[in-house]
Order: sequence, then structure tokens, then C-alpha cells
Amino acid sequence: MITTTPEPLEVAASPMERSLRRFRANKIGLYALGMVGLLAVIAVAFFALDVLGIPWPMDPDATNLERKLLSPNPVNWLGTDNLGRDVFSRMLNGAYISLTVGFVAVFVSLFIGVTVGAVAGYFGKWVDNLIMRFVDAIMCFPTFFLILTAVALVGPSIFNIIIVIGLVSWTGTARLVRAEFLTLRESAYVQAARALGQRGPKIIFRHMLPNAAAPILVTAVLGVPEAILAEAGLSFLGFGVQPPQATWGNIIADGKSYILDAWWLILFPGLAILIAALSFYLTGDALRQAVETRSERQ
Amino acid sequence: MTVFIIRRLLASVVLLFFISLISFFIITLTPGSPYPWGELNPKVSEDVKRIFREKFHLDKPLHEQYGFIMRDLFTGELRSIKDERPVLAKIAERLPATLALNLGALALSLSFGLLLGVYGARYAGRPPDVITSILAFVFIALPGFWVSYLLAIGLVNYGAVPILGTHTIGVTFTNGLEVFLDRWWHVMLPASILAIGGVAVQSRFIRASMIETLREDYIRTARAKGLDENAVFYRHALRNSVRPLITGIGMLLPALIGGAVIIENIFAYPGMGRLGYEAVLERDYPTLVALNFVTAALVLLGNLLADVLYAVVDPRVRLE
Repeated sequence: MITTTPEPLEVAASPMERSLRRFRANKIGLYALGMVGLLAVIAVAFFALDVLGIPWPMDPDATNLERKLLSPNPVNWLGTDNLGRDVFSRMLNGAYISLTVGFVAVFVSLFIGVTVGAVAGYFGKWVDNLIMRFVDAIMCFPTFFLILTAVALVGPSIFNIIIVIGLVSWTGTARLVRAEFLTLRESAYVQAARALGQRGPKIIFRHMLPNAAAPILVTAVLGVPEAILAEAGLSFLGFGVQPPQATWGNIIADGKSYILDAWWLILFPGLAILIAALSFYLTGDALRQAVETRSERQ
Repeated sequence: MTVFIIRRLLASVVLLFFISLISFFIITLTPGSPYPWGELNPKVSEDVKRIFREKFHLDKPLHEQYGFIMRDLFTGELRSIKDERPVLAKIAERLPATLALNLGALALSLSFGLLLGVYGARYAGRPPDVITSILAFVFIALPGFWVSYLLAIGLVNYGAVPILGTHTIGVTFTNGLEVFLDRWWHVMLPASILAIGGVAVQSRFIRASMIETLREDYIRTARAKGLDENAVFYRHALRNSVRPLITGIGMLLPALIGGAVIIENIFAYPGMGRLGYEAVLERDYPTLVALNFVTAALVLLGNLLADVLYAVVDPRVRLE
């Protein structure tokens, strides 16, 4: 007997489902996202252990001069530094610092960038002109030097570093949101909302912002590695999070005096920065490809 | 053309005003002491503080301070706190080294970025493109100071590439060409490391622009004529990447000059970045204001040149 199974009804996928499907098809993006997740888990787990007072695998700040500058061995997996501190433990500590700086700084810069960009794009005319000239001016400044100057003047601390990086790096987001808003402003549903007498803030937050969410998410993810690299650079120059707190940047900065004897002090923290930044960049790029509407028309 | 340049110049003046405001407010609005010796240092008497405040106009209201600083900056009277030398003179003596380093890095970024980007676009979506794309992201994610140290160890141990300063010390070259080559040889390593990120960014940019161009109607026409793919790609599509090439100048400059702070510091290279780092260490804020202002103004100049170049190269850009 022949039975025919009925064809499942084709339901048109929503843009969100299509984007998710495209993201899942991108192997590199999935691996990168997995790596980001792993880093986040490590950072959170280490932070929790630190709060609970369980030094695992070792206390990152405990010095032991009898065991200084040891190359990687079964006890100290990634060797020890000039004060006999365990490099592996210090790098786990650094992961927590790097990710915190990355995420919070991006949050600050998103907040400013979205607000400024939305105001410029929604109101247009002279408001837009004034704001965008200001943004252009900020974009002329060499970013890292501006961050260094500001951090040096306020004094280096993790809080100040996050705020300064956030305050300096919002211009890209502002430009993007403004451009999105200039097109969204003319769309039928915004015109309709305006015709119904809705106020500016409601139109901006309820109608326009959700429709600009995808590109904003992409810039946010791509902003995290920039902040991580900026923090590493600052730490390297001695204006980052201050010792004895370990960060990937200042392990390298401390280790550079022993560069010819202790290669592990330079190699491993640098690899950690590279892997962390790369995972975020690749995740962000995969997201961008997934939400880009242009690729649907191909 | 002249009207266009004048318009752009006027727009640049407006930007320069904003730039001056921002450089000024970095030091005045940041909480923290403007004194090089710290706010609460008990060894510094009230008199010294008063003299300092008067000397640097810190006793005046903000808008007057802004006026004083800008006046001093433009008349060349703004002096460093550290050695009382005019800040502009200090910057001017670092300028040639900075230009050599940054222009070298810019040239490397643009040329290798173009090669990598065009290669990626030629094989778009296929394995060579995937590999070059990942490579580009590795380049962007590389911390420059880390690469510098790894390369420095390798080159000191196994090569003869100079890793310090701008010229060979203890040797006097009589021939102008030899002097030039010696300087070039010294700037090569720092410039290459500085350019790593720029190559990557520029290659992504070129690749995207090429892929966009390949969707244009005139490319379809060229293919319809029966031209082979290489001719379509290299003769018709490639020409359009001259635009992202020029845009790249303005886009890369701020990152290069910023990154140079770290690189110059590692390679003992006497450019503006190192001057800035020294000023940061000494809290020499007149120098910091001036440096931020001058570098931003240089970037602005770069953007202006790029805009004019853009209009010269591409006749479709309307010069209104």
C-alpha cells in the first residue's frame, strides 16, 4: 500500500529566523561564538572563585621567590614570573579584567552613540549638522592617544579606563544609528506613527530603535575587541589597571624585562589577547553577514 | 574645482574649531589635578601653586582659559611645563620622524591591503577568500606591542634588522643617498608592525567594495560581451577600487598615529607618539593639548587631501 505523507505547510520565515538560520550555517562564526562563551564562563567562574576566596588553581598574587622565572612545568602550567607568581592563575584573572572592560566600555559607548545618533537622525536639519560636525571632529583624533591622555589625567583605575574608552569610542555607533534613522524616518510606519500624533521619544524608542537593532548589535560585538585591545595597550604602557591586579597587558609589560630568559611571560598573555579579540571579531563578522539584508537579494 | 576646495577649507575651519574645543576640554573637564606635582603634595607651598595657576591662566574662567591657550598655541607661545620650551618647537622637531613612520605605514597598509582585498574578492566565497578573511581578522586582533617584542627577539637573535632609533649611531654617512637609505632601513620594522592592522582593515574595505562593484550593470555588460572573467575583474572592476583606496587614507590615519604611541615607545623612535607618552608621564598638559590638537589637525589635512584627490580621480564626484 502506498501512503503519501502530506507535505508540511511552508510558513514564510521571519527575518529573525532567516538571520538565525544563516548564522547557524556559518561554521567559523559558531566556533568563534563558542570561544567567546568559553572565555565568558572562565571569567565568571574565576570571578566567583575569587569572591568566595578559593584560590584556584593558585592565588594569582601569591609570590614565591624560590620558584621565580620557572618555565612551564606540571605545577605552574604556564610558568612563573619574576616574583614566582603563577602565570596561569594570573592569566585567568586577566580574562576577567579584559572581558569586564570590553563589555562595560561597549555598553557605555553604545549608550552615548545610540542616543546621539538617534537625536541627530530623527531631528535632522541643523541639529544633525551640528552633531555630525562634532562627531567628525572627534574622529580626527588619534583614538589611542586620546584615551591615553584622558586616562593619564584622571588617573588609571579600572572604572576610569572603562569610562574613558566608552567616552572616546561612540562615534562609529552614532554615525551608524544616524544613517539608519535617516532612512527609517521616511518609512511608512514612522510616518503613520507621526500622523497618529505620537511624540518623538515614543517614535524613537518604540518604532525606530528596534528596527535598527541588528546593525547596532553588530557594532557592539565588534566594539568589544577594540576595547580589549585598548585596555591591553594601556596596561602595557603602565596606564592600565594597576598592579598587583593582573591583566594580560601588564603581565607582558612586567615580563618584557626578562624577555630573553622567560619567553612564556610574553607569549601566553599575548596569545590570550589575540584569541579573545579574534573570537569577538569573527563572531561580529558572522553576525553582520547573518543580518545583512543585501545578501538575501543575491 | 577652486570653489570646491574653498568650501572644503571652510568646513575644515569649522572642524578645527571643534577640534580645539575638544583638546581643551580633555584637560579642563577631566577630574584630577592639573598640577604636575599632584593636588595634595604637602611639599608644594600655596605660593608656588598660585604662581603656577597665574602662569597657566588657571585662575581665569573656562572660556578665558580657552582663549589664552588657543592664542598661545597659534602664536607659538605655549610652553611645556617640563622644560619651558615652546611646545610647537618640540613638536616640529619630532615631525619628520613621525611623518616617515606614519606615511611609511600608510603606504604599506594601502598597498598590501589592496593586494589582499583584491585577492579575496577575486575568489569571493571560495577557500582562498575564507583564508584571507580569517587572516585579516587575525591581523586586526594582533596586539602591536606583542608582535613587536616577538619580532624584536627573533630579529636580534637571527637577523641584522635595526630595532632602535632612526639612524645608525657612530657612523657618519657622507653620501645623501646613504643617509636616506639608513633612515629608511630603521623605519622599516616599526612601520611594518604599525601597518599590520591597517592592512587588514583596508583589505576588508577593498574586498567589500570590489564585490559591490561586481554587481554593477556595466560589469554584467562586460561579461555579456564575452570577456573572460580575468579581463572583467582586472580591467573593468579593479579601477573602481581607487575610491576605497583614497577613503582609506582618511580612515587609517587616526589609528596609525594612535598606534604609533606604543610602537615608537618600544623601538625608541623619536616621533610625536613618544613625545606624547613622555608628556603623559610628566603630566605636561600644555604639550598634551598641543599634541592632540596638532595630530587631529594633521588628520584633518589628510582627509582634506583625500577629498580633493577623490574629486580629481573620479569625475563623477560633483564639485559643487
